[in-house]
Amino acid sequence: MPANRFNGHTDYGIGIGLRSPHYYHILTRKPVVDWFEIISENFMIDGGRPLRILDQILEQYKVVQHGVSMYFGSAERPNREHLRRLKTLVQRTKTPWLSDHLCWGSVDGRYTHDLLPMPYTFEAARITAQKIREVRDFIEIPVAVENVSSYAEFHVSEMTEWEFLNEVAERADCGILLDVNNIYVSSQNHSFDPLTYVNSVPGERVAQIHIAGHSKYRKYILDTHDHPVIDPVWKLYARAIERVGHTATLLEWDDSIPSFDEVHDEARKANRFLASASLAAAV
Amino acid sequence: MKLLNLQRRMARAVMTPLTNSERMRPVAPDGRSMRAVASQIIKPNDRLTSFERLEIYNRQYWFRVLAAFAEDFPGVRAVLGGRRFDAMAKAYLIDCPSQSFTLRNLGSRLVNWLEKHPSWAGERQNLALDMARLEWADIEAFDGLREPSLKPEDLAGVNPAKLQLRLQPYVSLLALRYPVDELLLEVRKDSGDLDVASNTFNERHKRKRASAVAKLKPSPIFLAVHRLEEDVYFRHLDREEFAILSALHAGKSLNAAIESPWRSSPIAVADRAAQIEKWFHTWSALGWFCRLEKSPKNEKAAPH
Ligand SMILES: [Fe+2]
Repeated sequence: MPANRFNGHTDYGIGIGLRSPHYYHILTRKPVVDWFEIISENFMIDGGRPLRILDQILEQYKVVQHGVSMYFGSAERPNREHLRRLKTLVQRTKTPWLSDHLCWGSVDGRYTHDLLPMPYTFEAARITAQKIREVRDFIEIPVAVENVSSYAEFHVSEMTEWEFLNEVAERADCGILLDVNNIYVSSQNHSFDPLTYVNSVPGERVAQIHIAGHSKYRKYILDTHDHPVIDPVWKLYARAIERVGHTATLLEWDDSIPSFDEVHDEARKANRFLASASLAAAV
Repeated sequence: MKLLNLQRRMARAVMTPLTNSERMRPVAPDGRSMRAVASQIIKPNDRLTSFERLEIYNRQYWFRVLAAFAEDFPGVRAVLGGRRFDAMAKAYLIDCPSQSFTLRNLGSRLVNWLEKHPSWAGERQNLALDMARLEWADIEAFDGLREPSLKPEDLAGVNPAKLQLRLQPYVSLLALRYPVDELLLEVRKDSGDLDVASNTFNERHKRKRASAVAKLKPSPIFLAVHRLEEDVYFRHLDREEFAILSALHAGKSLNAAIESPWRSSPIAVADRAAQIEKWFHTWSALGWFCRLEKSPKNEKAAPH
């Protein structure tokens, strides 16, 4: 959604993920980019070069934080040290909102460093929503949850993934970071219609959208963020934008990272859809 | 099944070591059938069995943590050789799975673990241990906390018999049996070259490095691993210099620290005061001391 309470009433355009191979290019050439998304964990440190570079980026660009290890869906309580460091970083970046995944990845204090899929149960929705509220209350900015791509489904599930996403977002009263590539990947792995998913998302809660490329294997698709965005994903993106309007959009490219310009050009392809959304809104 | 229960079961399966051919084990170390575990919690689909779906996560877990660990310890890898390093890494990660939200801390228990399980370090245990200490110190120096540095005026009127100086958290002091710093720099230079090099070039480099490791003779060194601007440096210290810094780091008062290192020191008694002054000058210029704490803990008398 353009400027809503889940993205801090901002109206950001097209961003790209801040990745170390591009630091030099960004700091010396100062390309025009609407905003950068950073992986929070890379900067939840005490000092050193990463923070110095971040400060230089912050002088010139808008930055939004995206986390990979809060594990809203883990049954255990949030780690206090993690929360404390996250808040310190939030104060540094002044990120208008913050996102992390609708998944789990740690149990009994042991971390898998993976985004593991949720069982879609009411109990899980309740626990997850409670944790999102707890995190938001601590860091004091809006939180958006991102749908992950998955390769497994659980017997205990009581609803579809999109119903679960809605259930959690409603209970937590939080925003959604809609990853249309993840929807596509999961739809292929679990044989559902990705449009049904996109059409079911509560548009007014969408704070941000992710687009990305992925790798196809013989029997499943892996969300690897190492390719350009494929056509079916652009189609889902178009539909999402049609439903929710001009929304902050970010291209993720994490592996086999090409030049900055190549990544930026790929991201800017989203403009054709955003432009028509703006036009539709104006009419 | 309750959420916590499901997550415990799945995490245990995901963190179970892979077979030698990097597949999920049919039987977990505790005797559970992985097929039974998988089909109890995970649905099959038209292309994959429950076992195969769980295996995707099992493989992803191990590939991810092993890659992150290898990235942090290229020096230990050079010392042990690829095959032995991989076996050691698996054993370490089984004993010490990540307990932190960040992969940065994955190797935080390696030195301790290697001390307790020296057989994993092969024939050159001391060399491998020294390298692990250096590489962990390097990680700590890279992004450790830098507190405000001590300024000369902070010391005005302070009683040296009670004065306790604190070292910056990013500085590590290492007494090593091998000059592993040079070897590590060599390894890094090589891996930088390897990114762009041909296979034959790689092979030649690999052999060169293996012989550099084999030739490395024990020769005790004292190092401060620290950060200047934002680059990490390995600074060689004199034995006496190391002893003073270590004493300060251990919480001894300034007076006690500078008295400690002189037994069997070749530095003539008459030269010691000037030498100490020179060292202090260097340490201060490098910003190694933090400002004095105003907490009551620090105001109490030094232990000596
Ligand atoms: Fe994403």
